[in-house]
Amino acid sequence: MTTPDGPVADEHHEILDCLGQRCPLPVIALARRLPELPVGTVVRVLADDPAAAVDIPAWCRLRGQEFLGTSPGPAYDVRRLS
Amino acid sequence: MGDLVRTETIAWADVIPSPVYLDAATAAPLHPVARQALLAALEDGWADPDRLYTQARRARQLLDAAREATAETLAVRPDELSFTASGTTAAHGAVLGGLAGRRRSGGVLVHSAIEHSAVLHAAEQHVARGGTAVEVPVDRLGRLDLDGWSAAVAGPGVALAALIAASHEVGTVQPVEAAAAACTDAGVPLYVDAAQMVGRVPVPAGWSVLTASARKWGGPPGVGLLVVRKGTRWESPWPADEHESGRTPGTLNLPAVVAAAASLRAAAADAAAEAARLSPLVDRIRARVAADVPDVEVVGDPEHRLPHLVTFSCLYLDGEALLHALDRRGFAVSSGSSCTSSTLRPSHVLEAMGVLSHGNVRVSLHAGSTEADVARFLAELPGIVADLRAQAGVVGL
Ligand SMILES: Cc1ncc(COP(=O)(O)O)c(C=O)c1O
Repeated sequence: MTTPDGPVADEHHEILDCLGQRCPLPVIALARRLPELPVGTVVRVLADDPAAAVDIPAWCRLRGQEFLGTSPGPAYDVRRLS
Repeated sequence: MGDLVRTETIAWADVIPSPVYLDAATAAPLHPVARQALLAALEDGWADPDRLYTQARRARQLLDAAREATAETLAVRPDELSFTASGTTAAHGAVLGGLAGRRRSGGVLVHSAIEHSAVLHAAEQHVARGGTAVEVPVDRLGRLDLDGWSAAVAGPGVALAALIAASHEVGTVQPVEAAAAACTDAGVPLYVDAAQMVGRVPVPAGWSVLTASARKWGGPPGVGLLVVRKGTRWESPWPADEHESGRTPGTLNLPAVVAAAASLRAAAADAAAEAARLSPLVDRIRARVAADVPDVEVVGDPEHRLPHLVTFSCLYLDGEALLHALDRRGFAVSSGSSCTSSTLRPSHVLEAMGVLSHGNVRVSLHAGSTEADVARFLAELPGIVADLRAQAGVVGL
């Protein structure tokens, strides 16, 4: 599920640096921040806990937000839909 | 104090709730028949069955009887069955021996993405030694991608295909017969890890190699089964040894083998009734957890599933903290969350399914599990989860 850096990188307005944090902290940070941002905003979560690769897309599915993809970093891009 | 308190009517059991053990998928409590057989076999099953004196002949009788009883329960021939030192050793032998026996056909192992780590570690060793492993994905419910499987086993150089009969982590039962038909069409032997099925539900047909583990059905720990059907090319991956038709090296723990065989027969005799009793309890856990605990994902196939096992994940919770909190309240469960594993990686099963991996709990029931145990678990779980969320400051996220 890797998408090129380009188009997504241009859109994102917010970076959440969760490097060094153990799961579920990156997911919690995302859940706190995303509702504070306007609908349509793309957040890039930087997280090196391997569980983030599973849990961030799963959180998006459970919460009806859009998971855009993974970039090296590892970075996970999420768009607020609602 | 006289008759202030009628002490004889107050038992400690009324004050301190007895622990509720809900981790049968790791190890079911020892079946009473296993205990009885183990004690008896310790008395007269300690000698080496391969020697030529009276005590040895008694041990040989016990081993032969254990093999016959187990083979009969599995509907296989006694000479197709070997006892091993664990389900893990049996799985290693199944994979590496199945590959070795067919090395002239090629070096490819096909396996599902949700095999037990014993199978995956054997596959890693195969790859490290120059072999190839092809992993077939599962869907969100943990069901094998049958089209992907059929294409993979029909590929060039496939020596063996490995499929877990039912997931030990999420309970999803796999389409073993359809997967076996694809293997037959491709001329590839199928190895089935049936550790969570044997002694609980009938094992589907079509496999060439099967393994199981006694502690899953109420037998003692440290006994596995390896069945290699007649006509299957299988070659021992271990240094030469004559025990168990050369399929698994070393002296068996005969008392444990006898206990495993006796308890398997007992468990299999009760299996249908137990499945009919436990499956509605699992349905109840699935429904009540989803309804009573906010932000929870109940995972695995709700229909094609094992009768005794259910898994769910609680958003924003640390699996280890949840396990400890449940343990303090007397509930023993297990978890596939990363922080509860030695590798700090999330469960590869949850990962392959694409479901939430943190805050994960697996509940698995056994013959001693009662409706009252389940009711107490369901009554206490929502409060335990709410308390942990309050402590973590994640309420209402
Ligand atoms: C599906 C499955 N396969 C293999 C094993 C390994 O069995 P054992 O614990 O006896 O080594 C287990 C249990 O851990 C299991 O659940």
